[in-house]
Amino acid sequence: MDTSLAVRARGITKTFGEVVALDAVDLDVAPGQIHGLAGPNGAGKTTLLGLLLGLAVADDGTLEVLGTPLGRALAAPDGVAGFVDGPGLYPSLTARQNLAALVALRGTRTAGIDDTLAEVGLTDVADDRVRGFSLGMRQRLGLAAALLTQPRLLILDEPANGLDPGGKRHVNQVLNRLAADGATVVISSHRMDDLESLCDEVTILATGRVVFSGPLGKLSAESRELDYRLRTSDPEAARDLILSTPGVKATGDTDVVSALVPALDELVIALGRKGIAVRELAPVVSPLEAAFLALTDQEAGR
Amino acid sequence: MTATVDEVDAPVARPASVARGYRFELVKQLSQWRVRLLIGACWVAPAIFVAAVSQQSSLPVDTVFGRWMNATGWAGPLVMLGFAGSYALPLLTSLVAGDVFASEDRLGTWRHLLVAVRSYRRIFVAKALASLTVIFVLVAGMAVSSTVGGLVAAGNRPLVGLDGHLLAPGDAFAQTLLAWVCALAPTLALAGIGLLGSVALGRSPMGLLLPAVVALVLALAQLLPLPVAVRLALPTYAFISWEGLFTSPAQLGPLLVSIAIDLVWAIVATALAYVLFLRRDFTNLSSDGSGRRAVLAGGLPLAGLLVVAFAVIAAATPSMGSGIERDKLQSSLATVFAHLYRQQAEQLHRPAVTEEQLGATAACTKGDDLVEQEGAGNDWRCVVSWHLPGVNGTGQAVYQLDVTPDGRYMADGDGPKDVNGYYQVRTPAGDQPNPLWQFDGNVELLSTTKG
Repeated sequence: MDTSLAVRARGITKTFGEVVALDAVDLDVAPGQIHGLAGPNGAGKTTLLGLLLGLAVADDGTLEVLGTPLGRALAAPDGVAGFVDGPGLYPSLTARQNLAALVALRGTRTAGIDDTLAEVGLTDVADDRVRGFSLGMRQRLGLAAALLTQPRLLILDEPANGLDPGGKRHVNQVLNRLAADGATVVISSHRMDDLESLCDEVTILATGRVVFSGPLGKLSAESRELDYRLRTSDPEAARDLILSTPGVKATGDTDVVSALVPALDELVIALGRKGIAVRELAPVVSPLEAAFLALTDQEAGR
Repeated sequence: MTATVDEVDAPVARPASVARGYRFELVKQLSQWRVRLLIGACWVAPAIFVAAVSQQSSLPVDTVFGRWMNATGWAGPLVMLGFAGSYALPLLTSLVAGDVFASEDRLGTWRHLLVAVRSYRRIFVAKALASLTVIFVLVAGMAVSSTVGGLVAAGNRPLVGLDGHLLAPGDAFAQTLLAWVCALAPTLALAGIGLLGSVALGRSPMGLLLPAVVALVLALAQLLPLPVAVRLALPTYAFISWEGLFTSPAQLGPLLVSIAIDLVWAIVATALAYVLFLRRDFTNLSSDGSGRRAVLAGGLPLAGLLVVAFAVIAAATPSMGSGIERDKLQSSLATVFAHLYRQQAEQLHRPAVTEEQLGATAACTKGDDLVEQEGAGNDWRCVVSWHLPGVNGTGQAVYQLDVTPDGRYMADGDGPKDVNGYYQVRTPAGDQPNPLWQFDGNVELLSTTKG
């Protein structure tokens, strides 16, 4: 047992009838880390998070959470909190009543309800019924419900769903502060840009398998050829140079080229030498997104 | 960031206690406008209904005790109980117990609840207890409200029982309370079926409506000419058999059997719901636990229970017939007539007479003796005979009887006019309802009471 890890999974397999939701998944999450779990819809993210929360047991493999092996359902250790498949809230109760009912249910030491509502920015609507909340407000209240128990491992399934940019920034600040205080956070998303600004490491799942796990920098470095939008002062002359530069390919779109970074550097230098000004050069999708798409498409194509 | 797991082998989090889970479930239930509306309706509407009907000249004589609603306040809660057993209680249990599990599927809150409580068993127990509490509050509301409405509108007066004997107000209160308590048994059985439907059928509307549908089917079955053993094996017969409390001696046999059957149904249905709940995989987001296997696992054992209950009752008692036999009907009719004759004599300020002195007997025939002399039907014709002390000759009165398959009958006087031919009698205090004109009675389907 590796007690230096907040989460340690080895060979986790979970099936639902004929469907293999997780196939020999390994996962290591260090304490104090914000770990992203990425993958397209149906990749197995929610199933894996459900196992971490102790909602079910894996059919095969070993799983340790906060140093405790999870051998049966609902046996997650103290200090694990979060939600999968959306925050579980009762629409007929107000935000404050939802949290108060949860505090009364757990009966354990908890953070203050008002402080927690303030932390997620819901003080103004504390006494409004959840029925009228937007998805983003529900996500924040779900986060508040998890924070109430002062978790050491926080598990959040697609917490950015429905959040506006301001809301995302607010939630990210809360999670960063939590991690700075030593708590571990595992969050899932099917969008790499949600994870990019927040996570130290990511694990990418595709069709139930891990296709990448490690630091985001490593994922970027592993990226392959990317599509770049290129606008110049002389598109005709630039086109000739694109076709003659090794490693650079023209695409169907006249403004888009496909290349690795070194070849792209060569092209830019060549354009400068010819006196052609580069007015715009940017990846069509972020390197992380591109790596994600490449990895998951590759797995799906198997 | 560097940190270490500061607690090696962190202890498994303790599940929330059943008491805390129960309070949590109650808070959720009582926060729903639907449940609040039901509670409000159950505590207010019966009083208004009973008070309003009690003031009318046209009373619901087809309902047991309905003809006495303007004579005593104790008839109101019993009319309400008859109505509740047929419609209100099955619907209420549907809306409360039938939704208690399915609502978590609808709201997507199962995983949240499991993480918070960490025990399937405690969640199940808390939900079952909370829904039963709400159902009890609803039933209590109907009982209290209808009693208050009846007493305010018609007063705290003696009640005429189903064999014609007079219950003093104190006795009427005790028997009415007991009747409502007895009705809790089939309510529990329906609640168990509701829990089972809620677990086995998930988000399906059928899960919500199961107790109401079951109760409707069983109510229709009670209208059929079924053997007594089948009738008693059905889990809602106590909604009818409480009427046996209002005879002297009380017809306890069918009542006790039906209560026992109801409690077994409640336990078995709840246990099946529990087993199905434990089997469910809450990580499978595409499944709400429902499916053909769940329906079969829940439905087949209950069908088996019905068969076993029928077999046990049939083996233990002579109950393969309709239970409505000529001798029993004659005995019942003579008893009711004698009790009510005493009342009429009192009304008319005639010399007091006892039932023993009257020695009333009845001779009944069905279908002019052209059909088998047993069973339900409106073709029973009876002649009641009696003797008055110091009077030569025998008094006779004719009645047409409409007997329903559950043993209840309405006797309609067919002469002579001065005994039962007119709906009122002229008394020194003015015209009053004639107790012998039309009256209700009840044949005990199981012959267990020594009369």
